[in-house]
Amino acid sequence: MTEIFDPEFFSSIARLTTPILLAALGGSICHRAGIFNIGLEGFILLGAFMAVLGSFFANSAFVGALTAVFGGLFLSIIFAEFHLRRKGDPIVISIAINILALGLSTYLLRSIFKVSGVFSHPEIEKIPHIQLPIIENVKILDLLINDQSILFYLSIVIVFILHYFLKYHKFGLWIRVVGENPEVLKSSGINPVRIKFLVLLLCGLLCGLAGAQLSISNVGLFVENMSAGRGWIAVVAVLLCGGRPIPLFLLIILFGLVDSLSLRIQGLGLPQQITELLPYIVCLAVLIIVSYKKLRTFSRIIY
Amino acid sequence: MKSKEILKILHPTIEIFYAFFSIFILIFLLLYLSDANFSLAFKGFVNSSIGGRNNAYLFSTFSKMALISGMAIAALVAFRGGLFNIGGEGQLVVGGFACAFTGLLVSDFGFIGILISIVSGMLAGATWALLSGFLTVYMGVPLLVGSLLLNYPARFITSYLVSHPFRDVQSGLPQTFLLSKNIWLPYFPNTRLDLGILIIFFVYVICLIIFYNTKHGYHSKNMGHSLSYVKLSGLPTKKIVFNTLALSGAIAGIVGSIAVLGIHHRFTDGMLVQPLYAWTGIIAALLVNLNLWFVPLAGFFFAAIYTGAAGMERIAQVPKEIATVIQAVIILFVVGKLGSLTNLSSSKGDKDD
Repeated sequence: MTEIFDPEFFSSIARLTTPILLAALGGSICHRAGIFNIGLEGFILLGAFMAVLGSFFANSAFVGALTAVFGGLFLSIIFAEFHLRRKGDPIVISIAINILALGLSTYLLRSIFKVSGVFSHPEIEKIPHIQLPIIENVKILDLLINDQSILFYLSIVIVFILHYFLKYHKFGLWIRVVGENPEVLKSSGINPVRIKFLVLLLCGLLCGLAGAQLSISNVGLFVENMSAGRGWIAVVAVLLCGGRPIPLFLLIILFGLVDSLSLRIQGLGLPQQITELLPYIVCLAVLIIVSYKKLRTFSRIIY
Repeated sequence: MKSKEILKILHPTIEIFYAFFSIFILIFLLLYLSDANFSLAFKGFVNSSIGGRNNAYLFSTFSKMALISGMAIAALVAFRGGLFNIGGEGQLVVGGFACAFTGLLVSDFGFIGILISIVSGMLAGATWALLSGFLTVYMGVPLLVGSLLLNYPARFITSYLVSHPFRDVQSGLPQTFLLSKNIWLPYFPNTRLDLGILIIFFVYVICLIIFYNTKHGYHSKNMGHSLSYVKLSGLPTKKIVFNTLALSGAIAGIVGSIAVLGIHHRFTDGMLVQPLYAWTGIIAALLVNLNLWFVPLAGFFFAAIYTGAAGMERIAQVPKEIATVIQAVIILFVVGKLGSLTNLSSSKGDKDD
């Protein structure tokens, strides 16, 4: 047991939770605004690639995070162009965006860096980590949340900001109204399409940061198809929580916990494929339990 | 007023030009980024998608077309019934593995062995699809995420099986043993094209018959149009859901079997996932707006892009992933016509709450 629960395990929870959390927060505002965005996987992937690109050429983690955000915004604008202006189906656009991001990141990886598979370089600057001297004396907090990348603290702050923003701020109210009934907003003189566009941009920004956390926070490398299903886990979390930030946060901590657990139990001699499968199994299990409960309570039998 | 009317008439043409223009600009930018020689790249693309010595590349396009069309039919069968089964990848992988596994056991039976392995591939694919159907119908899991999440167990479990218990250790790769020659799908005379494309054509014809001449096809189509209508008519919706998903999964299993028996002759980890066959199939089905008649055309189109891009990589050193990018952009431009799909999926609770 001590092999699993060593200090490395506790510090990896926050590291693995952050990308899923940031992406899921982006997905949750989309969900609240009535945009069925299941392309988070693609957003993260392109963000991760752009982060490495920016960090490598500018030698600065800040520029890396900035380019990652641009990558996310780029996909957001594509999503908005085809969903809001051309009235395309959001599911199909999401599928197309996932494929586009996969193709584009691999293509650019091979044409710019002339490598295939993995790109890593010492010149890729990593996002700085923060030491909090206040909690250094509390052992468990020190292990859990000290010495993490800036984006981790940022994501925690965003959870609560988003919660209050959606609940009490005027713009948050507009977002919720767009999701429930866009006509109401139209009749009060606000263009729902504009709100949706802003929401998509915000989602792109958050997902870009998620990608940056994935690629340049701890490791400083990019692997083909690096997001590896994390975007889908985020989508499931958003669906399960109905886009509410606080339950989302708790659920994603669970997923992050399982994710880091699966990394640790590889040391016990279990085959790698089985341990990698663990997060998806837990995700599926939570999905089944919650859906079944919903089915029983609301007796929403579909077929 | 006048100019507005003219614009309205010209609108479809402008849209098409806009799409083509954007795609060309994109291709130009991508080629420029990889320092390619443009005429060489173009020559490589055309030559290796439909040319080659003794039409060798054309035949490889055909064999890719078989797989992509097959996956497109599998996706289309489900979409037509309003069932957003995007777990084709898992069904394909499971079918392929089951076929390779049975193929090793029945390798002495020749032709009957081929049949048995294809059937086992079908059964495995159908089982995997039925699993997501079970979750949807009895557990209330939205099919969209349920079927998708089942991709990962399929991928990882088969990956485990071929890298540990059933691995051909001497080959050095995570893959099963090579199937014996008498269970390979035979080639067309004097070519390297296997008979898989005939099997897919057979599936295509069967599906056309099911769609337009059977009760199940009619019910399934109605369910796609309006679930409440089918429910109010007292039709067994659960049965229709399961039948449709089983058909979809079985076709995916057949495609996996063809890839194993006809092309690779063994199951290698990632061989069906990496080329994005399932996703390309979904895109192809959407490109033809869920009209089964045109699926072979779309399949050929995407297969030609794939093999062309592979040729471009050989000749002009342009990474072949350009094909994936082009496909995604094409479907983005086509997608505006498909507003109805949202209605389908939202009425099924995929949209949640």
